[in-house]
Amino acid sequence: MSSRTRLIFFLFPAGVLAAIFVWGCRDLPAVGDYRGPYGYVITQVTVPERHATDVVNAINYDYRGFDTLGEEFILFASVLGVLLLFRPSARIGGDRDKNGDDAQNRQVKIDDALPISDALRVTMQAFVGIMIVFGVYIATHGQLTPGGGFQGGVILASAPMVVYLSGNVWAFERIVSHPLIKLVECLGAGGYALIGMAGLLAGAHFLTNIIPLGKTGDLFSSGTIAVISVTVGLEVTGAFVLLMQTYLREIIEERLGQKS
Amino acid sequence: MRLLQWTILLLVAVAAPGVVLSRDPKAQVVTLSFYGLLCGLMFFIFQAPDVALSQITIGAVMLPLMIMLALTKMRRQNLRRERESKNK
Repeated sequence: MSSRTRLIFFLFPAGVLAAIFVWGCRDLPAVGDYRGPYGYVITQVTVPERHATDVVNAINYDYRGFDTLGEEFILFASVLGVLLLFRPSARIGGDRDKNGDDAQNRQVKIDDALPISDALRVTMQAFVGIMIVFGVYIATHGQLTPGGGFQGGVILASAPMVVYLSGNVWAFERIVSHPLIKLVECLGAGGYALIGMAGLLAGAHFLTNIIPLGKTGDLFSSGTIAVISVTVGLEVTGAFVLLMQTYLREIIEERLGQKS
Repeated sequence: MRLLQWTILLLVAVAAPGVVLSRDPKAQVVTLSFYGLLCGLMFFIFQAPDVALSQITIGAVMLPLMIMLALTKMRRQNLRRERESKNK
């Protein structure tokens, strides 16, 4: 097929699509237009019922907590899949590097070396502490302000990445291959389910908010919402750190070997 | 407010083809990250700070990072294959 006919075949459907799109946009409701009772009901009900000022997280971790549990396990399962796919195996793993051509191995190492200025290195390392504090803040204040465990967890997980990019491979290796990371991952995923089951033990439904609600606006308020937010934070941190460790394992080993 | 909304919508509309049209994967990761940041800003301007936070952390940081890591992994695998075929 010549590029001319291809262009014609593209232009005709594209024109039709554009026409339909413009036609469909004509009757769009205005920005902020909302039909349906649930949004109005939930914004009225959340603060008196759950003592949580961030309605989004009250919905995520309480009113539809069961769905969020499922979503959390999607992340858990996909991380598990990556770990399984990239598990170190003797066939492709380290053995070959020892037998392989040394000169070519060195070539690979030089390609991967990061040239990094001292100013950048210092600035990045100074940011690590701030990132950790901010991540913890976002994860623990999910019931009060926008954010929550998921976002906080991602921020926390990107802190070791900054350590790696600042050239401190040794410190990065010590952080990501710490056995505590796997424990954090399991605690995060299992903790959510356990909080749900605590509801069953208390004689109520799964994931019922059984912890005392506290005073609206306090850090320790909103019952299980705050606790679940923290467990989700742990799970997400663990998940992303494990992913980084799996992807970068070989490179780290080589870099550390290079130094010694 | 109206002007801000139109500006961010236009910026997102310009950035999206930018991502599609950058053909080199490494360049694409950078444009994708920038596009993710713009999307986050858009959500923030349209008064959805929760979504904006998720979008910035995932769309602008984690997704490009994961693609970069995968690209690194693939490049190393290719290097190893080349080395193997040379050794044979």
